[in-house]
Amino acid sequence: MSLIDLANPSRFLGFANRVLPWLGGVTVLAFAIGLNQAMGAPDDYQQGATVKIMFLHVPAAWLGMMGWGVMSIAALGTLVWRHPLADVAAKTAAPIGAAFALLCLVTGSLWGRPEWGTYWVWDARLTSELVLFLLYLGVIALWRTVEDPSRAARAAAILTLVGAVDLPIIKFSVDWWNTLHQGSSVFRFGGSTIYPTILLPLLIMAVAFTLLFVTLHIAAMRNEILRRRVRTLRLMQAQAAS
Amino acid sequence: MEAINHLPFIIGSYAAACVIIGALIAWVAIDFRAQRRALADLEMRGVARRSATEHPPRAMAEAKEKA
Repeated sequence: MSLIDLANPSRFLGFANRVLPWLGGVTVLAFAIGLNQAMGAPDDYQQGATVKIMFLHVPAAWLGMMGWGVMSIAALGTLVWRHPLADVAAKTAAPIGAAFALLCLVTGSLWGRPEWGTYWVWDARLTSELVLFLLYLGVIALWRTVEDPSRAARAAAILTLVGAVDLPIIKFSVDWWNTLHQGSSVFRFGGSTIYPTILLPLLIMAVAFTLLFVTLHIAAMRNEILRRRVRTLRLMQAQAAS
Repeated sequence: MEAINHLPFIIGSYAAACVIIGALIAWVAIDFRAQRRALADLEMRGVARRSATEHPPRAMAEAKEKA
């Protein structure tokens, strides 16, 4: 099956039914390995045991941003190519991305208290991440406000592309401004500054989180396709009755 | 001592992850059941898409079987 075949919602449903059990299994396995590695990782020489929060916080932050990235590509699919599944992908990525952004904020806050002495500070990284979470809520609200899915899709696509400006701000906020949040330590010029015994569990957890995102996204897209079929059938039923 | 002092923050983080990810999984699973039930209910009442009645696709047949 080629990628273009998946543009057909019925074929996508068949694809989702086949891959979801496998994806679910691989995700559980990745989390089992990642959590085992994370619990066995040594304490950081400065942060001590709180470094274990990093194994949740950093992947959640990446996936929160990836969610908006997926929505931005899907928004282009809606506005430029009018791909039949683009708005389905965009709509269903929003709650998942919002959940990861929320997890990033919560774990960051719980990590900040012992390390910085405060749960929250209005620094550029934290504030731009909060803006991302609020943007997610805005897009979800927009989808719920407009009843016709195709009209809602175009409005949400425009908001998504405007909101994509926040992604480079989040990424480079620690370079552009003087922040309490630490600078980049994984993906940076000159290589990672994290010791391999901590970096490896972090990367495995990032893979597990990514697999979870993909699994939930495909499952949520399947639900949305079914929801639209239900809506179409109810409209047909109402037309037949009138 | 430091590990004990910071333990509530570590446990709190992992508990928050369980709650948020658990809620996501529950949302997807409950929504799937609701949509399948709604489709089955409509089909029981004889409402079906034209394409589904002419050429029932495999995915719809699978969804019907599960429902």
